[in-house]
Amino acid sequence: MATSTGETVEVSRRVGKAVRELVAATVRFCGDSGDGMQLAGTQFTNTSALAGNDIATFPDFPAEIRAPRGTKAGVSGFQIHFASKEIFTPGDQVDSLVAMNPAALITNLADLVHGGILIINKDAFDDKGIKQAGYTENPLEDGSLGAYQLFPVEVTRLTRLAVEELGLGQKESDRCRNFYAMGLVFWLYDRSLEPTLRYIEAKFGKRPEIAEANRRALRAGYNYGDTTEAFASQYRVPRANLPPGLYRNVMGNEATAWGLIAAAKRSNCELFLGSYPITPASDILHELARHKNFGVRTFQAEDEIAAITSAIGAAFGGAMAITTSSGPGIALKQEGMGLAVMTELPLLIINVQRGGPSTGLPTKTEQADLLQAMCGRNGECPIPVIAARSPADCFDVAQEAWRIATRYMTPVIMLTDGYIANGSEPWRVPDASSLEPIEVKHPGPPENGTPFMPYARDERLSRPWAIPGTPGLMHRIGGLEKQDITGNVNYEPANHQHMVNLRAKKVADIAKDIPLQTVSGPERGKLLVLSWGGTYGACATAVRDVQDLGLSVAHAHLRYLNPFPANLGELLKRYEKVLVPELNRGQLRLLVRAEFLVDAIGLNKVQGKPFSVFEIVDKIHELLE
Amino acid sequence: MATDTSLPVLSPNDFASDQDVRWCPGCGDYSILAQMKKVLPTLGVPREKTVFVSGIGCSSRFPYYMNTYGIHSIHGRAPAVATGLKSSRPDLSVWVITGDGDGLSIGGNHLMHAIRRNLDINIVLFNNRIYGLTKGQYSPTSPLGKVTKSTPMGAIDNPLHPLSIAIGCEGTFVARSIDTNIKHLGMVLKRAAEHRGTSFIEVYQNCNVFNDGAFDYATDRETKADTTIELEHGKPLIFGKNRDKGIRLNGLNPEIVPLGKGVSEDDLLFHDERAPEPSLAYLLSRMSHPEFPEPIGVFRAVDKPMYDQLLNSQIAEARKARGEGDLQKLFTSGDTWRVE
Repeated sequence: MATSTGETVEVSRRVGKAVRELVAATVRFCGDSGDGMQLAGTQFTNTSALAGNDIATFPDFPAEIRAPRGTKAGVSGFQIHFASKEIFTPGDQVDSLVAMNPAALITNLADLVHGGILIINKDAFDDKGIKQAGYTENPLEDGSLGAYQLFPVEVTRLTRLAVEELGLGQKESDRCRNFYAMGLVFWLYDRSLEPTLRYIEAKFGKRPEIAEANRRALRAGYNYGDTTEAFASQYRVPRANLPPGLYRNVMGNEATAWGLIAAAKRSNCELFLGSYPITPASDILHELARHKNFGVRTFQAEDEIAAITSAIGAAFGGAMAITTSSGPGIALKQEGMGLAVMTELPLLIINVQRGGPSTGLPTKTEQADLLQAMCGRNGECPIPVIAARSPADCFDVAQEAWRIATRYMTPVIMLTDGYIANGSEPWRVPDASSLEPIEVKHPGPPENGTPFMPYARDERLSRPWAIPGTPGLMHRIGGLEKQDITGNVNYEPANHQHMVNLRAKKVADIAKDIPLQTVSGPERGKLLVLSWGGTYGACATAVRDVQDLGLSVAHAHLRYLNPFPANLGELLKRYEKVLVPELNRGQLRLLVRAEFLVDAIGLNKVQGKPFSVFEIVDKIHELLE
Repeated sequence: MATDTSLPVLSPNDFASDQDVRWCPGCGDYSILAQMKKVLPTLGVPREKTVFVSGIGCSSRFPYYMNTYGIHSIHGRAPAVATGLKSSRPDLSVWVITGDGDGLSIGGNHLMHAIRRNLDINIVLFNNRIYGLTKGQYSPTSPLGKVTKSTPMGAIDNPLHPLSIAIGCEGTFVARSIDTNIKHLGMVLKRAAEHRGTSFIEVYQNCNVFNDGAFDYATDRETKADTTIELEHGKPLIFGKNRDKGIRLNGLNPEIVPLGKGVSEDDLLFHDERAPEPSLAYLLSRMSHPEFPEPIGVFRAVDKPMYDQLLNSQIAEARKARGEGDLQKLFTSGDTWRVE
């Protein structure tokens, strides 16, 4: 379990204040969506990363940009798990909770560990705020918070005092409250203010009075912890023992964008992204749009359909073509995917999954688009599907998707989800010069006037990627069924059967070109936990925890979902039971049952939230009883 | 449009593919295909640099019949396919072939945005005012009351004027021609190809199976001089078998006036395809049979920045300012730390 009950060592530091050493801790900032909680979270994350911790984060915000102030609908949170050991999740429970108003308290308190630290902005607990949150009594006064270490702090008043001399308006002064809260938490966990001071300078340098106000608020919060008697001790989480190298903090969407840029370089292609803004995928578009000096062309299309079809046009022209979206947008792109399958052009379709169906839960995570990826199109329309397991893994998976797309002349679907897209973790920066080339070939002009056969096949059954501008290779492609080899329109029964089988075999044979599935834990035994995508962290942690208890449990995490690794069927049969935890109603379970006749058991959660480790641990115990 | 003088001289047949043309005998599409094959060799663009992109519908079979590169894409999406292709390959000459259903109904959104972006592409919309491939339902350009299989009591939605749409979308080159008026059609296609920016051409095209005679008023030898009016830049709007009628502006409205009897050519509306404001072109696009002769020719031809050019100059600018992208620099941008 990922809460912070590691051994504690008391270190005398200053008079009256002790520093307790922890193996890990989890902090959550929560407040109104306008309170700057995401900023507080990211700053604490970066600072912890720079201090050498392993980290995992979970930003959780409402779909509304600014829901009415003080309401539960408007509560925004950011959770950071930081540790001196290897961790895979943002933590099940929170050790320290910062609640900037009553609505934030009532919606987040359940996740605070008993005995945990609860820092409250006391000034927000007026009658109106308390009522708006749905409390009948002031929770600071009715004794209901007795199970926690409660620290009511007058954050609003003290922030205003700290910035008073600068002559800012009340509204601008109050905007510094998140820095005050940050300062206090930085003190609590013995963190340096330097990275945040650098951030303030970079971000607000052009508005010196705002920069100064934020600096003062940050320091005031820090000093409050240091000098008042409220807090008896500080906590410290030492550096983690990570493999040597240069590290940075990376978010999932950012890692996806960088993986795409790296793949473009490796394949010597120019990148074209056709995309339409959608939560939680837009950050990939934003990030790619910043890197035009890599030859990256981003096209904000008029809709999701234009986003994918423009990418298909670019693919025909020889570009590294990509479209990015989330569930509802992917649904709109399905006809385009069919065209890419029929025209056998390389294309990446990236789905940053969110809660569905329909508009669903735009800012919440889910894994319920696996079947959409596998079966969402008309006709027999196989597309390779691969999924990233963590924020940093997005970097590798994006490149692997492009390798498959070009080697097999096929669209490839890459699945991530809101949880890993917005989450972050330390990433060991690769040596760019060590990234191997991805070989892409465009045929040149034909010799001796041999007629060009656009649907001729190589040993992998992939067709030549002939691009406009090449003399002698003029050809027409499209969505109508193609005659094998010539690529001419053809409606003959036997040809259609042949082509449907051929397209299926081409994708199925990719299994020969991907690694065999590995397991962590015993090679055979009582129970295998089988996972895919963003649930990796929770599953890996749960299995490690029960293995520490001496239980015979193994874990296999799938990156490749279509085709499955060649040994998967055999592997599943080596265990008495197979548990498939998923943030859906059992989509991978359905697929492995259908494919391998394995009576897999599901653990299914659709609450817009990732798994807690204990939920998986509990299920494992239940199955082993 | 790039020219290459070292190229061998090509003939219309060089642009014909080896595929059998499968339109119904007598279809207006044949004539458009023939004119296209005549015009392309005069442009100086090699076949391998030419790409035809289409959607779905009878007209959209067009790319199969051209010995160039081509994509027969999905219904309505050709302008989007062309946008991706032209943006990433500005060296190519890209033609979109669409119809009234493909371009204005299912693909209306893409057409609108392609035109406003003003990529250097050519869009030819075959308007036959009917759904032909699906065997005879009414289309967005079918007139009110049109009786078809899907409207047995007559169509009840107002038809669109394709050129009004194009002008409303900030079209920089907007023109109309007629399938049987082959000389005029050839001229319009050539001018469209030479225009830098999105060219939008509506071609009146007869569907002799499902909507035969829809444009008889504009093609009939007896009536066409009175029912159409040929636009020429800088010239007054005169029409009629005896060229004795003209179009005059009365306030914001056009009116038909007889020439002579106190009305001289100087009183007429003069065509200005280069007018910076699109009002005149719009007014012309609204002139419809039977109240007015319908204008054919170039309604509007103005120069504006092109999306593909702007996009690629941003790439060049970024490379100049920041140098060619360096992966290692990208990975280490921002805060990093070293674990020994």
